[in-house]
Amino acid sequence: MDLYQELILEHSKRPHHAGLREPFDAEVHHINPTCGDEVTLRVDVTGAGDDAVVRDVSYAAQGCSISVASASVLADEVIGHTVGEALETFAAMREMLTSRGTVTGDETVIGDGVALSGVSKYPARVKCALLGWTAFTDALARSGVDISTTTTDSTTRQGVSS
Amino acid sequence: MTSATAPFTDQELTALRGEFPILTRTVRDSRPLVYLDSGATSHKPVAVLDAERAFYEQHNAAVHRGAHQLAEEATDDFEVARATVASFVGAPADEVVFTKNATEAINLVAYAFSNASPSEDAKDERFVLRPGDEILVTEMEHHANLVPWQELARRTGATLRWIPAEADGALDLSGLGDLLTERTKVFAVTHVSNVLGTVNPVTELAARAHAVGALVVVDACQSVPHLPVDVATLGADFIAFSGHKMYGPMGVGVLWGRAELLEVMPPFLTGGSMIELVTMERSTYAPAPQKFEAGVPNAAQAVGLAAAVRWIEAVGIERIHAHEAALVERLLSALAKRPWVRVVGPAAGQLRGGAVAFVVDGVHAHDVGQVLDDAGVAVRVGHHCAWPLHRAVGAAATTRASFAVYNTTAEVDALVEALDRVPVVFGLDLERAAS
Repeated sequence: MDLYQELILEHSKRPHHAGLREPFDAEVHHINPTCGDEVTLRVDVTGAGDDAVVRDVSYAAQGCSISVASASVLADEVIGHTVGEALETFAAMREMLTSRGTVTGDETVIGDGVALSGVSKYPARVKCALLGWTAFTDALARSGVDISTTTTDSTTRQGVSS
Repeated sequence: MTSATAPFTDQELTALRGEFPILTRTVRDSRPLVYLDSGATSHKPVAVLDAERAFYEQHNAAVHRGAHQLAEEATDDFEVARATVASFVGAPADEVVFTKNATEAINLVAYAFSNASPSEDAKDERFVLRPGDEILVTEMEHHANLVPWQELARRTGATLRWIPAEADGALDLSGLGDLLTERTKVFAVTHVSNVLGTVNPVTELAARAHAVGALVVVDACQSVPHLPVDVATLGADFIAFSGHKMYGPMGVGVLWGRAELLEVMPPFLTGGSMIELVTMERSTYAPAPQKFEAGVPNAAQAVGLAAAVRWIEAVGIERIHAHEAALVERLLSALAKRPWVRVVGPAAGQLRGGAVAFVVDGVHAHDVGQVLDDAGVAVRVGHHCAWPLHRAVGAAATTRASFAVYNTTAEVDALVEALDRVPVVFGLDLERAAS
């Protein structure tokens, strides 16, 4: 199946930067109510304004391979980057995941995130892939960082009730 | 002659399947559809689609309003549908209330308690809840038979208690003496678990509840389509079930309640149709069941549901049960040969409903479902609206195959064959899993 690329399985089995670490500026807990997937995610941000940098993202994810792999890719792609770059990466991931298969993703922007492009053909799985990213932007906002340059998305919060 | 409890012959099954147009379509790159999600919603035979269409084409009018001929015919159709559905569960017609779905049926009862609970408004003390009173549910409930009771407790100050579920999918009745007391005013329990297929001993439980004066509400969504259900012997005071899970249309559910209770219960939704006399200051209400059917009712859907009931009666509910039980046993025995699969729920050989839930250790249910879907096999994955139950059985999510009249042994085999791809796709170490 093209959905489960080897890269996705590797990330889901051995997620990068997993675990909850100190110090952190904000911690959030997001749930996908459709399936019960959960992620607790912390961000540690240093600096302010345009100089704000994501020093660390740590997380404990319980869920399907897609949601865990996506959290792993997230940590890879945003740790050590400015908040502005991280939000651009989020926007690119979201554009690809919600494109219904029309956007394949740019590896120079989203890195291993391109391996998740197959998710966009399965609308019921998009929320799985966005869970960690939505938690991340929520955590950034709660840490006091201005994330208004990117529209935040509450997809995982509004889930299909069941 | 085929016995009333024998599974269908291949010839019979081919004919039955021919009555469900959707079963001929393909999914995911032209694969035949293997639909094993009837616990969520069943497909509809042509007889049901025709009945709904015929209502709109020939008799369409607002029921219980107007005196023209179409209004008479529509009202007759609706009331005949009520009698047909009532008779199917062994009830008199006026004990059946049509609702939007089973969830609304349960809410109707919960709100009757709520509306009676300023006690000066109550016609009957049995519906009055005060702080100190208790609502008893079980850990096995679908959210539809849990959340309305949580909300009722919140509104009235009553206490919500529950019978725990055991890891093997049975209710833990060891503490029942402490849970079911004279403080218990209402006991809500599912007849058949929508996840595990467990059949609960409702008759015995209802007798225990009645002994302490509690009213008994039974979620019968997963029993009425699969097992003979007779309200005269079940022991419940109310049962709720949905039309769309029993080959009927979406948008119609059923509440059955004992007549003397419906008579004294306050209404839930109010408005047109459910009144007796209206002045600017106040209103009096029509007798049940009209008292509980405010607004223009879902007549076409009720007519469709009655057609579904006639269709089930023609096939035979005992035979449907025997057929589904054979499919369940076939699946359980195939899964038992796969040590990397853990079935959650009653072991093979026990009376159970048409659902089998399982876990592939090390692979999330969403991922299992995706591999099955890729092979055209439609199952449900997740917590199936029974999140607390999943916590009780130690699974974040399960994969559920649920059967209906039209499923075949070949479809069970297709599920198992697709399932065998899961360890390959996800690189499970089967030798370690087997040890």
